[in-house]
Amino acid sequence: MKTKEKKKINSNTLLLLITILLFIVLYAAGCMAYSSKGFTHVQTFLNILINNAGLICVTCGLTCVMLTGGIDISVGSLVAMDCMLLSVGMSKWGMNAIVMCILVLVIGVVFGMVQGYLIGYLEIQPFIITMAGMLFARGMTAVICTEQVSITEADSTLFYKWANIKIKLPAALGYTNSKGVLQVPYIRVGVVIALLVLIVIFLMLRYTKFGRSLYAVGGSAQSAAMMGLDVKKTKMKAHVLSSFLCSIGGICYCLNTMSGSVQQATGMEMDAIASSVIGGTLLTGGVGNVIGSFFGVLINGTISSIVKTNGKLASSWPNILTAALLCFFIVLQSVFALLKDRNKK
Amino acid sequence: MNDKLRKLTGKALFLPIFCMILVLCINVVYDIAQGNRFYDFFVISIQNGVLYGRLITVLNRGSEVAILAIGMTLVVSASAGTDISVGSVMSLRASLCCMLIAGFGVTSVASSADFACPMLLGILAGILMGGVCGAFNGTLVAYLNIQPMVATLILYTAARSIGLLLCNDMIVYIRTDAYGLLGSGSIGVVPTPIIVALVCVVVASLILKKTAMGMYIQSVGINKKASRIAGLNSKRIIFMCYVICGLFAGIAGIIASSRITSADSNNIGLNYEMDAILAVALGGNSLAGGKFNLVGSIIGAYTIQAITTTMYAMGVSTSQAPVFKAIVIIIIVAIQSPVVKAWFSKRASHKEKEAVKA
Repeated sequence: MKTKEKKKINSNTLLLLITILLFIVLYAAGCMAYSSKGFTHVQTFLNILINNAGLICVTCGLTCVMLTGGIDISVGSLVAMDCMLLSVGMSKWGMNAIVMCILVLVIGVVFGMVQGYLIGYLEIQPFIITMAGMLFARGMTAVICTEQVSITEADSTLFYKWANIKIKLPAALGYTNSKGVLQVPYIRVGVVIALLVLIVIFLMLRYTKFGRSLYAVGGSAQSAAMMGLDVKKTKMKAHVLSSFLCSIGGICYCLNTMSGSVQQATGMEMDAIASSVIGGTLLTGGVGNVIGSFFGVLINGTISSIVKTNGKLASSWPNILTAALLCFFIVLQSVFALLKDRNKK
Repeated sequence: MNDKLRKLTGKALFLPIFCMILVLCINVVYDIAQGNRFYDFFVISIQNGVLYGRLITVLNRGSEVAILAIGMTLVVSASAGTDISVGSVMSLRASLCCMLIAGFGVTSVASSADFACPMLLGILAGILMGGVCGAFNGTLVAYLNIQPMVATLILYTAARSIGLLLCNDMIVYIRTDAYGLLGSGSIGVVPTPIIVALVCVVVASLILKKTAMGMYIQSVGINKKASRIAGLNSKRIIFMCYVICGLFAGIAGIIASSRITSADSNNIGLNYEMDAILAVALGGNSLAGGKFNLVGSIIGAYTIQAITTTMYAMGVSTSQAPVFKAIVIIIIVAIQSPVVKAWFSKRASHKEKEAVKA
């Protein structure tokens, strides 16, 4: 019994290790190929974080939902709706930045509650409900405003200030550019929020009752129910958490882009799902970790960063590479699962 | 009275037909409110030698979704999962076909003399490409036991981008009447897409009805293990469903690309997978697999198109339309959900008891 348990942990940590290794290899390859274009600077890595701060939050939430064996494909549209609401609220309705942020978070929770209720209590397939949620949020974005709205300093000084804060890292990590000016690497507020979310969710999944019940429900809903867990409530809570984190992600995203448009964050749900899967989360539920998802996001970011640095590759390459990686990882997962089955026999 | 009602609502085709009638009623009410004749929606006339009217528009524009819905129904039935790559595969197919016909890197072809390869070959290659994509999905789902949604997620992400690569990141135009025939042309007075959709539906239903294929698919969907023990090759049947779905996606791709006589990789088939899945759900099919009803799915597909057309007629913009679609989806699936059904039947039996007491 004991050896079996050990083996199970091994195959899951192995997946995580492969993910981390792959990220290191990818990044090292990028460094070697494009060292002349500044890929080796610390700032390049930090830029990946800055650009993907929103995605990190979204992926954390999605991972929680996927742990219960569900899926949430409404996240990308929800981010777009949040961005649009923030932009329009501040630039057209003249609202305060803090009020708008709270409003967005509340909308996230309500959105999650409706989806969670339909999925948990009415037992409708998560894919269908969140697909409806996706269409709804995307449509609502257009209902709020059909054109692109950007936030300027005049609209909200506070939000503008948040977006432009540069949190500087130790100068030792910097480099002097061709003009002889020392470039100190920096991160933005979004990154801090995203990393905080990551740590909180990691601790929550590991040490709280709710976190462990997510794993239990995903592992086997029936066993979880027999153990006395409220499966319906857990599923609903997972969706509320996902949509709430999605709203935080939306704020991070908006801090980065400072605008809202209907076509924003299209395909983000697929990026988030891909990141989670690459990070070792099983779509059948019960297995996964936000740390893996974090590296999944980083791998995604590294690929697009490499393609951007190259400059000559067509814009469609990141998608193809992500898909290829996704393919590699899910085939790997299924091979592991098959091996496990064989061992059992 | 109550019994009759229950019998009626229990019928498999009740939901799709009810929805269809509801949408048509909304149209009639809208026409009356606008001061038009109440039957305006149903008027069919002939303009420029082609049938014309809102009903025809629905039938015409709904062809792609209807064709996709056939394949999707089989996939849902056999594997209890959805193929979300169909929209992207449509786009890839269109790109490949146009690239082959125009030659790599050429953006516009105006006459058949400039074709790099015969048009028929391009179209066939395109349909075959759909089959190849389906085979890829099928292999992952059937032989590697990967969840359908995840397996098809790969092509959902990649196919559109590969299409863009094939077209050298540009929109390839093939501006000849021959290529446009399938999408915007007509045979006699009937627009071609309607005929293509009809042929697809007839062929598919003949195969499913006249051979044991349909029964095999349902049996695999209901219980994979039991079917295997009964002697069916469950894996191969699931695999075949995905290939068929891919082939139909290929055909839908031709129509979509022929409609605009170009391969616009970014826009062809965008969100069609959602419409196709919705059509299957609307058709009264359970998304958990098992029994399927092809006719229901087809009616569902046209209902969705009717909803879309109605919304456009009412002046709802393209980008806002999803809100209403989403509300429709939620209402339909909520009605279909086992919990709500159980609640209704409980209430009905409660009422009966009270009636007996009285």
